[in-house]
Amino acid sequence: MRVLYFFLRFIGKKSLTFVSESGTAFILFVKSMRALSYVYKDRHLVFEQMYEIGVRSLPLVITVGIFTGAVSAWQAAYQFKGYLPLSFVGPATAKAIFIELGPVLTALVLAGRVGASIAAELGSMKVTEQIDALETLAIDPIRFLAMPRILASTTMMPVLVIFSDLIALIGAFLVSNMLLHISTEVFFNGVKEYFIVYDLMSGLVKALVFGATTAIAGCYIGFETTGGAEGVGRSTIKAFVISSALILMNDYIIAMFLF
Amino acid sequence: MIEIVHLKKSFDSKPVLRDANLSIERGKVTVIIGRSGCGKSVLLKLILGLIKPDGGKIFVEGQEVTHMNQEEIYKMRRKFGMLFQNAALFDSMTVEENMALPLIEHSDLPYDVIKKRVREKLSMVGLPGIENLKPAELSGGMKKRVGLARALMMEPEIVLYDEPTTGLDPIMSDVIDNVVIGFNKNLGITSIVVTHDMKSVYKIADQVAMIQRGVVLFEGTPEELRNTNNPVVRQFIEGKAEGPIKINREIIYTRREEEEKLF
Repeated sequence: MRVLYFFLRFIGKKSLTFVSESGTAFILFVKSMRALSYVYKDRHLVFEQMYEIGVRSLPLVITVGIFTGAVSAWQAAYQFKGYLPLSFVGPATAKAIFIELGPVLTALVLAGRVGASIAAELGSMKVTEQIDALETLAIDPIRFLAMPRILASTTMMPVLVIFSDLIALIGAFLVSNMLLHISTEVFFNGVKEYFIVYDLMSGLVKALVFGATTAIAGCYIGFETTGGAEGVGRSTIKAFVISSALILMNDYIIAMFLF
Repeated sequence: MIEIVHLKKSFDSKPVLRDANLSIERGKVTVIIGRSGCGKSVLLKLILGLIKPDGGKIFVEGQEVTHMNQEEIYKMRRKFGMLFQNAALFDSMTVEENMALPLIEHSDLPYDVIKKRVREKLSMVGLPGIENLKPAELSGGMKKRVGLARALMMEPEIVLYDEPTTGLDPIMSDVIDNVVIGFNKNLGITSIVVTHDMKSVYKIADQVAMIQRGVVLFEGTPEELRNTNNPVVRQFIEGKAEGPIKINREIIYTRREEEEKLF
């Protein structure tokens, strides 16, 4: 009986925490949206973050993209053997990349690079009272820190996904051409024939949502950090885990609406 | 100038301030003393509206802080400067950028004028020529002085100091004390200083308040503090382990709280 009491109490506490944290994160999002009216004044902060989140993530995105495409083509060929002609490897891989693999894998990798680094940076500012210092200087931390990061992540994620899609397609082509001996013409004609703009756009819509989700989670967790260096470490991990989980959940929800 | 009336604040149901009452006079240096965790820094944050009290009122020049909206709080904060315990300089910015930030945000002054003011304030704290250094390149004492200079950039009427001499060597502590006195005498700044450093207290204070168990236990001049017969205050100012303030009871209390948190 006592075990059941503690179990129910534990579940209740965790549920309350979840609801309260979701609410606070939503308020942060709404306040960041309101701070968009300062976007012209704070354009240098937004550009700084776009460079940090976008340009500096490119090497990672390229690496992830090329291997995503390569493994997709190789495994598609394995699954098609005996059922479908290998000429379908190109269009099947391209569709998988545009709709799912490009946006989701890029977002998951950036959840580690961007979400966790935002949480670590803001968390460290929180525990060293730099956020309080901003407040005492009458500067709104949400406007000064969160808005540029959320805006930069939301706008740069689709750009990175376009890069990732292209690189993944090249990776898929290289494997198809060099290892599976599918000719260039067959590969690209197949891709062209089955290409639908809606597929690409749906991937970009996903990227937009994933970008916003990753930055909001990073900012929220960063602002809520307590407990010194250990707390910053905890927040970094938490931001990565929560961003990744939210990306996969949102992926499912968006897919239900779009397809 | 600042009135604190029946102020209450708890964290995780642990009361920090139970019923704090205090008057801060204009143009004076008021020093708040008390044991670690007694609520001194919390009081500064409450005055600035960084956290909300559970009860009671705070008046700054007759205006009540506790019910202000965000915009009113930001307007009120422009009258204040604050030196944080570890200076809280922005790591990613140079000294100049740290100091220029409040003016860039809140004034239309051209950058040349802002730069001139940065140099002027740095000279006031005895650190000319360090504009291009990053906080990581500064010593603890230098950081505190840059923090002080930044607090002065908006030419505040009131400056709050959170343990300005903690972690500094005695000579640097004296330098900081002199800067605090200088600001008060030369610029007429009202100062509220939170510290444990009794040497500083006797040097800089016009008025002293001691917080113990969530209330202001003592309020008076440094001379009155020196001559008080209150055994709790005497134990604190003389720094004795034995006396009415029991350390062990608090450790047991904290442990019990930690155990309760597990569930």
